[in-house]
Amino acid sequence: MSDSPTIAHDAHEAPHHEHPPYQRHHFETVEQQADATNFAMWLFLLTEIMFFGGLFTAYLIYRNWYYPAFVAASHQLNIFWGTANTAVLISSSFTMAMGVWCAETRRKGGLVLCLVLTFVLGLVFLGIKTIEYSEKIEKHHVPGFHYSLNSFLNPDSDEAAKAAGDKPMPLDMARHTEIYFFLYFAMTGMHALHMIIGIALLGFMIFRAQAGAYTAGHVTFVENFGLYWHFVDIVWIFLFPLLYLISRHAN
Amino acid sequence: MSATIINLPDQSTARIPKVNFLTKENGLLSWLLTGDHKRIATLYLISITFFFFIGGALAGLIRLELLTPQADLMATDTYNKVFTMHGVIMIFLFLVPSVPATLGNFFIPMMIGAKDLALPKINLLSWYLYVVGGILVIYTMVSGGVDTGWTFTTPLSTHYINTNVMSTGLAVFIAGFSSIFTGLNFIVTIHKMRCPGMTWFRMPLFCWSHYAASILMVLGTPVLAIAVVLLALERTVGIGIFDPTKGGDPLLFQHLFWFYSHPAVYIMILPGMGVVSEVISTFSRKRVFGYTAVAFSSVAIAVFGFFVWAHHMFIMGISNYAVLVFSLLTMLVAVPSAIKIFNWTFTLYKGSITFETPMLYAFGFMGLFTIGGMTGVFLGTSGTDIHLTETYFIVAHFHFVMVGGMLMAFLSGIHFWWPKWTGRMYPEKISQLAAVVTFIGFNFTFFPQFILGTLGMPRRYASYPPEFQVLNVFSTAGSTILGVGYLLPVLYLTWSLKYGEIAGDNPWQATGLEWQTQSPPLTENFLVTPIMDHEAYDYDWLEHQKESEVTSVG
Repeated sequence: MSDSPTIAHDAHEAPHHEHPPYQRHHFETVEQQADATNFAMWLFLLTEIMFFGGLFTAYLIYRNWYYPAFVAASHQLNIFWGTANTAVLISSSFTMAMGVWCAETRRKGGLVLCLVLTFVLGLVFLGIKTIEYSEKIEKHHVPGFHYSLNSFLNPDSDEAAKAAGDKPMPLDMARHTEIYFFLYFAMTGMHALHMIIGIALLGFMIFRAQAGAYTAGHVTFVENFGLYWHFVDIVWIFLFPLLYLISRHAN
Repeated sequence: MSATIINLPDQSTARIPKVNFLTKENGLLSWLLTGDHKRIATLYLISITFFFFIGGALAGLIRLELLTPQADLMATDTYNKVFTMHGVIMIFLFLVPSVPATLGNFFIPMMIGAKDLALPKINLLSWYLYVVGGILVIYTMVSGGVDTGWTFTTPLSTHYINTNVMSTGLAVFIAGFSSIFTGLNFIVTIHKMRCPGMTWFRMPLFCWSHYAASILMVLGTPVLAIAVVLLALERTVGIGIFDPTKGGDPLLFQHLFWFYSHPAVYIMILPGMGVVSEVISTFSRKRVFGYTAVAFSSVAIAVFGFFVWAHHMFIMGISNYAVLVFSLLTMLVAVPSAIKIFNWTFTLYKGSITFETPMLYAFGFMGLFTIGGMTGVFLGTSGTDIHLTETYFIVAHFHFVMVGGMLMAFLSGIHFWWPKWTGRMYPEKISQLAAVVTFIGFNFTFFPQFILGTLGMPRRYASYPPEFQVLNVFSTAGSTILGVGYLLPVLYLTWSLKYGEIAGDNPWQATGLEWQTQSPPLTENFLVTPIMDHEAYDYDWLEHQKESEVTSVG
């Protein structure tokens, strides 16, 4: 045991196999590294599901309790922009998937193009979201900031409510539309925050991709970012029907 | 039978290996930017010890205040802040990261024969998040504290209190992400980084219990994060989600909060159980009895642990049927916990037991955790819970589990692996004394509180009726003994860094892979990637290794 210092010395002269530069020292093989980071990304997405899960739970409970308020409030959302945004987001997922494929098949030009397209589509999504948010601000539908019940107490004075054929609601139910709008802002806001983080990362990746970073065989980062982007997309795929569509039926 | 199994190298010739993870690089930056799991574990050990003593000092203030029935040491408002800060610091900054971020961080990669955790940068990030969370808590303290209790109960925290709820909430949010990253790293490491031959059922039970705790960290903590975000929004914007006047429900906050915070107690205790498995086996020279059962009981605790949270809300107006179901599920958690206790006891049976310090602490764990767990059954039964909840009974219950259980396990682990971590032994006699003092002091402090609770003394008040004073004096006196018990290790462990005996590779003759390399280990942990060709806790294999070592030298 007392001879361990000499053994320790040998560690530095231990033979090193040829490793690609991106392989980190503590992994045995590149495959192990890719495997581990991929798995970590999936686990991270699992925590994200639990994070959004809290909000979905709140939505479920309050929708059950205040059903009429939730129906009337959801009529106030702009179905046109919501649908357009869904299309934009799905397209961005497509371009992202193409980007991952380009990285795997080492097409630098294609990768940069796909990332730029994803970047632009992400910005378009946020732009449309801004239009929708400003509509809510104009109608005083932002909870906590001069919230107005007018659209629900006098649906005839409100175009969207009138078009949906809403009946005037009693005050104590109409008040609960504020909870709907809080959930709307919390869920879409949290989603938008994830989009902003994603777009920032995309900007960084575009620069790195131009330098050829992801087309030399090491694609883990692009792949994992792709997973993240698709996850954010899927969250929207749940939000869109729950917030916009579920209370909309032919009258 | 010899009274000890300590096997040290000849002190006249032995020396600490010149190259090890501590000496490999020098300078502050080599520590602050390190990716080495052992150095990050060291950083964590220093920081959690720092916060433990802040939390401990606050506990001392609480006990001093309760020495007399009147609120005379401090104003009642101040008392509220002191016990809140005590809870926040001890839970989020000490108990949750205690064993995982220090011992787990250090030894999981070594036990499975890996060079590092799978994601070293994330590991470092997790420490920085912890530090930011810690700084925010200190900021909260110096800027006037917070007095919601560590549970942030709504609507108290959202509508009625003007103290630093926001900075504490932010601290908890950030420290939560530190914990998520630790757990995520462990799961990936255990899945993907095991050395050749290291199958799931050859892993030490320490890894199994950390795996189970990591599942809880990864799935539970995000829910706490969203609960804190909603709390912050309710407090600042007044969005109404927890506000009954706007149609919100304060109970929703309780559900979200306890969905994390009940599993969190298993985050705290499971890694400690992992330590006890290692220690009991090593000092009984026997394979852990019923290895598979112990391994799966960890996973079972993690799974059941997710379905019992509402037992914190029996008196808050949840439905009777919910009480019934959650009461039953709560009882079920006792089963895997009992499996562990019984299997450790069977491991001791006919073992060659020796009583080194880690073993004394482990015995302390078994006894106190059993009492803590059994009293948990009282509280899980809705009938008795209605009488006992919010009394000192509950305070005693969770301190038996957390302090008597987890802290004992933490100290057991720190002593057990100290030789590996630092290359030097701690002084045996005084540390045995410290273990005994801790045990006695602990019982003096917290056992009277069970009686106070059944007599009806409520928790979280600065004053109490005079007839409770005798037991409170007992408790306060005990806490001073306990304080000595916790100060001693800091002193002699620091002393041992320079003056302790050289430990050699494997002073305990333990079987884990971490003991089959130099102490302190190399940055890469092993010279060559180990190959696991035997079961965990195989003492015959170890004997055989020693024989072949001797022949090859001769």
